[in-house]
Amino acid sequence: MLVADRLIKNFGSHRAVDDISFTLERGEVLGFLGPNGAGKTTTMRMLAGCLEPDGGSASIAGYDCVAQRLEAQSRLGFLPEGAPAYPAMTPRGFVRFGLRARGFAADAVNRATGLAIERTRLGEAADQPIGTLSKGFKRRAALAAAIAHDPAVLVLDEPTDGLDPNQKDGVRNLIREMAHEKAIIISTHILEEVPAVCSRAMIVARGKILFDGSPKTLAEQGQDHTVESAFRDLTLERPQTRESVV
Amino acid sequence: MINALLAVYRRELTSYFQTPLAYVFLAVFALCAPAFTFHVGRFFDTNRADLAPMFDWMPWLLVILMPALAMRSWAEERDRGTLEFLMALPIPLWASTFGKFLAAWSVAAAALILTWPLWIAVNYLGSPDNTAIATGYLGALFLAGGYLAVGQALSATTSNQVVAFVLGCGAAFLLTMAGLPLVLSGLGEGAPVWLTEFIAGLSALEHYNAFRYGVIGLPDLVYFIGLIAASLSCAGVLIAERRGGGR
Repeated sequence: MLVADRLIKNFGSHRAVDDISFTLERGEVLGFLGPNGAGKTTTMRMLAGCLEPDGGSASIAGYDCVAQRLEAQSRLGFLPEGAPAYPAMTPRGFVRFGLRARGFAADAVNRATGLAIERTRLGEAADQPIGTLSKGFKRRAALAAAIAHDPAVLVLDEPTDGLDPNQKDGVRNLIREMAHEKAIIISTHILEEVPAVCSRAMIVARGKILFDGSPKTLAEQGQDHTVESAFRDLTLERPQTRESVV
Repeated sequence: MINALLAVYRRELTSYFQTPLAYVFLAVFALCAPAFTFHVGRFFDTNRADLAPMFDWMPWLLVILMPALAMRSWAEERDRGTLEFLMALPIPLWASTFGKFLAAWSVAAAALILTWPLWIAVNYLGSPDNTAIATGYLGALFLAGGYLAVGQALSATTSNQVVAFVLGCGAAFLLTMAGLPLVLSGLGEGAPVWLTEFIAGLSALEHYNAFRYGVIGLPDLVYFIGLIAASLSCAGVLIAERRGGGR
């Protein structure tokens, strides 16, 4: 469903993504973890067709993210970092805009908008300007726009950032609901989310994959058998190793 | 693909009216056009019932007001991060570029329509050449379109709307001034004729004035359509470049 093949991205002399490869099938929820600046967002932007790789390729449902961008993007739902949305628009208007741009007919726009608003539990906030909403509702508005067209692949950059515990729970339930019919990647800093939602975990640091496996295997690698300790061990150990090599 | 263009057009047009921008713009235009016509253009002193004083001052009004309308088009998307959302939509860049342009151009057209009381006034006071007035309006619409397209291309170069506005005003001013004797004589006596003619040919004012005499000339149409197309292409290229991530 989703293939990243030896992706490379440089910003000037800095290599942000360094030879990242993985495939993701329908039914999988991949937790994309890593410290800040690890290359998670850059990788997700390449998968979404917002950024072109300097090396390697990515494809969605068999369509190349660069050469067949429009086909690939029409099968993708993307929640960008920070969940940007137009502040003067209402979440309903925002979702409708995305659907119209994707060529949905008027009645399909209404149906899909209603469903997306219901699934993201926007409630009355759906008809208030996004600029007046709390961070949690803003994020849900952007999430609604990402899922409204029922894409086969979802790339969600920190979908639960800034949400209160109840809202986080709501988004996790939504991801679990959609999991069996889609291939989903979520990036997160909240490690407890990984065993709760993800069927697979990947740890990235300095643009490279350090771990790819089930959350259970990841936890087993930690000193006290938690995802948190495994994350620390994997991402903190590296500079020491490198220094010792140098 | 036309769906994508219409969706962007609709969103952009709505967004002008969801914020005070369009209302402030239209109000300022509706007040400034008569002010220029009656006070600066000395409408009553000309003793002629036509809209020449308004059309004389129109380019200068547009030089300031069109960049104000165009400055947000890409700079705001970049600043707010919504460009990422737009770039992840399965729509070709030309559809977003053209949709944004058409929306701003529609607001500019609405502003020109708001000068209708002046047209009624000259028809009440005398019998003006309404054909020349109509082509004058068409010229003003094309001039506005040219400035808007240039302004939108410059808006794609920055995430700061004020910078986009200042650049837009500067470019519109240069485009207008290019044909004036002040600039052409500034080239000096020794300037080759082809260079003088080339620079004069770039002048938006020259082509706009042609419309005012009731003539819709092919070279003038080609000039404005070319200016709009070239500027929008530049905007598209600048935004497409962002997919490269500074490669």
